[in-house]
Amino acid sequence: MSDPSSLPFLTRLWFAYVVFFRVLFNGEYAAQLHSPKALPEAKPEPKLPPKAEPKPAAKPEPAAPNQDAALQLLALLQREGRFVDFLEEDVTSFADADIGAAARVVHSGCRKALRDHVKLEPVRTEEEGARVTLEEPLDAAAVKLTGNVQGKGPFSGTLRHRGWKAAEITMPTAVAGHDARILAQAEVEL
Amino acid sequence: MSTPRYVVGIDLGTTHTALAYALIQDDPTKPAPPVEVLGVPQLVAQGTVESRELLPSFFYVAHESDGPQALPWDKKRTYVVGEHARTRGVDAPARVITSAKSWLCHPTVDRRGAILPAGAPEDVERISPVEASWRYLEHLIEAWDHVVAKGDPELALSKQSVVLTVPASFDAAARELTTEAAYAAGLEELTLLEEPQAAFYAWLAMRGDQWRKDVKVGDAVLVVDVGGGTTDFSVIAAVEKDGELALERVAVGDHILLGGDNMDLLLAHVVEQKMLAEAEAAGKTLELDRWQRVALQHAARAAKEKLLGDSKAKTAPIAIAGKGSKLVGSTLRAELTRDEVTRAIVDGFFPVVDADARPATRARAALTQLGLPYAQDPAVTKHLAALLARHADALEKVAGGAAPAAAATSGKKGAAAAPKMLHPTRILFNGGVMKSGVLRERLVSCLTTWMASEGAPAPLMLEGTDLDLAVARGAAAYGLARRGRGVRIRGGTGRAYYVGIEGAVPAIPGLEPPVTALCVAPFGMEEGTASEVPGQELGVVVGEKVRFRFFGSSVRRKDAVGTALERWKSDELDELAPIEVDLPAEGRSQGDVVPVRLRSSVTEVGTLLLEAVPLQPRKKDERWKVELSVRAD
Repeated sequence: MSDPSSLPFLTRLWFAYVVFFRVLFNGEYAAQLHSPKALPEAKPEPKLPPKAEPKPAAKPEPAAPNQDAALQLLALLQREGRFVDFLEEDVTSFADADIGAAARVVHSGCRKALRDHVKLEPVRTEEEGARVTLEEPLDAAAVKLTGNVQGKGPFSGTLRHRGWKAAEITMPTAVAGHDARILAQAEVEL
Repeated sequence: MSTPRYVVGIDLGTTHTALAYALIQDDPTKPAPPVEVLGVPQLVAQGTVESRELLPSFFYVAHESDGPQALPWDKKRTYVVGEHARTRGVDAPARVITSAKSWLCHPTVDRRGAILPAGAPEDVERISPVEASWRYLEHLIEAWDHVVAKGDPELALSKQSVVLTVPASFDAAARELTTEAAYAAGLEELTLLEEPQAAFYAWLAMRGDQWRKDVKVGDAVLVVDVGGGTTDFSVIAAVEKDGELALERVAVGDHILLGGDNMDLLLAHVVEQKMLAEAEAAGKTLELDRWQRVALQHAARAAKEKLLGDSKAKTAPIAIAGKGSKLVGSTLRAELTRDEVTRAIVDGFFPVVDADARPATRARAALTQLGLPYAQDPAVTKHLAALLARHADALEKVAGGAAPAAAATSGKKGAAAAPKMLHPTRILFNGGVMKSGVLRERLVSCLTTWMASEGAPAPLMLEGTDLDLAVARGAAAYGLARRGRGVRIRGGTGRAYYVGIEGAVPAIPGLEPPVTALCVAPFGMEEGTASEVPGQELGVVVGEKVRFRFFGSSVRRKDAVGTALERWKSDELDELAPIEVDLPAEGRSQGDVVPVRLRSSVTEVGTLLLEAVPLQPRKKDERWKVELSVRAD
């Protein structure tokens, strides 16, 4: 999982989603990401593979059910929060106020969709900025060490990001025969 | 019939329907089983099924172009019930039925006639208000059978003990139509329960044995239930009966079609006016389309909830997306301030009024919609003041003869002065609107002022139930109470019922013949009881439908069966839809006049049954049912 290009689609989607809002609403974070030098430090990356087992995707056989889950998620975010509309729009020419107004629609809708379908928990319950000590063996999937990484545990450091864990995920059931690739129907008013 | 395994409470609401259930535990020494809420699978979008605790009470007649509206248990359905039906109500409003329950208690339409959706195009197959309610219940039955019973016929919902809630203000005909819908849907073991009582049962169940600390003999609990579409009041008195604390429902309010939806509509209107004014000031033109208006209503509701919750926020932002795929640039922005919400909602719907304020009866164009008799005065506080004044003497008659605390306190001031209004000592809120702390405080402060003016103590708030699901949960708790677990509220019919009999006087042109109102069922008639109406005989023509005028009164508590009223105050008796006897010709010749007496009973289900009993029966137990829910001319 160290090479980002190998991340499964669902994980990338979630990551894009979370980073998107952080960039939008957290100026400092955006600045850190924007300046290439600062990047290695600004890494408290949200680790959030939803439970829709990303592993089978790595297997050679075509993973059709997984694709459906991803499509469903996209359809859900589009339906509730106009997610695809927003990402597909060229925002460069618009004023921040206009983007902000649209972001409210996307934020409130996607947030509702997220909260209705995924029970999120932080990986670490301590406050960000608190000193934490990690005992061996380290759960590499749940905790990432950054900065001066060396030696053996127990590791003592500052919690930069609490992490996110999908404790429970309930996706809608697709009705048989429904084309999941249609994320949003075209609408024609008569 | 097999023995039921579950008690099931169903809240068949104007805007939302919910189902709660509990396992029947026959061993009384074991702790009461927990009450759970069923997640109801429903279409939430085209081709997408999700389980939600609330099933929106909306019915969408699908168009050919929609394709089949498949559910896990039916692949070929041509209609939709639930969330997807509600959202389609925005896109294709002419094909969607809303507020079927309000139509169910509409006396001047044919409630069994295919009249909904009102104003639908020709190709839409219409259904009756009864059928719409039946479809909502059918959806719950199918969902239960799919999720809980899973094919086990013993566990099917039709075999369980079901408690169905109705507004306390529903008259006998509306109750009967509700049971008709339930039987049509396939429910077999059915009991009706009034919604405010259900809310109180939910509170009792939540408090466990502790409730006796909060409610004592002499207390009167006012239940204020403001839901999406209706406002319903009830007063429950705690009395002493055979040395035990007993509960008795002593007053119910009128049916008020006024709820959260009206408030959101008004707020959306306020915001729209503001956006138009801003656009005009900036020299732009702005016109909202239908979707934007609905989106605005949703956004206004969210903003209202934020501002009327207990938060300190001064403003709440509102953003409404355009319809096309372009989002940025077409999104409209506005802001709702605390002042605006306070003016529109708190002062508009819950104004501070004196104890002698009464609802106005002039038409209010902004709140009406074609067809349904919406409340003409939006002030909930005025409706409440009117209710308490009408039932000022309700506590005098309660069983056990224990002097209610409220009456005692007013007695201290001046023994001669009868209280001008009923004095509740406790208040329980229910319904989504009452989730707002600001609105609860407003109502309590109004009540406190009114009570103070009569020298009565301020009412205390009973807290702790989930206001959205309390009715369904409480209905299930009542189902358990009926099986010996926990205290029950006595009540009986919330009105007295009268048949109007025209006097035999020579016709005078331009003058209506005088009508005598004959009491056929007294106030508080309890389920399982029956009585023959003494005195007056009625003549019924064989083979012809004979109609009688029918009246109800929620204030004449002392009239016994057979009481004949020659005159009454205009606000004492409400005329209901007429009743009708249709005597089959069997054994008698067409056109004969058969003298009959009326017999009234309250069934185990909780509906009023009127029967015509011939004075000279041709066979044993000969009697004919009197139809209650007839369309008025």
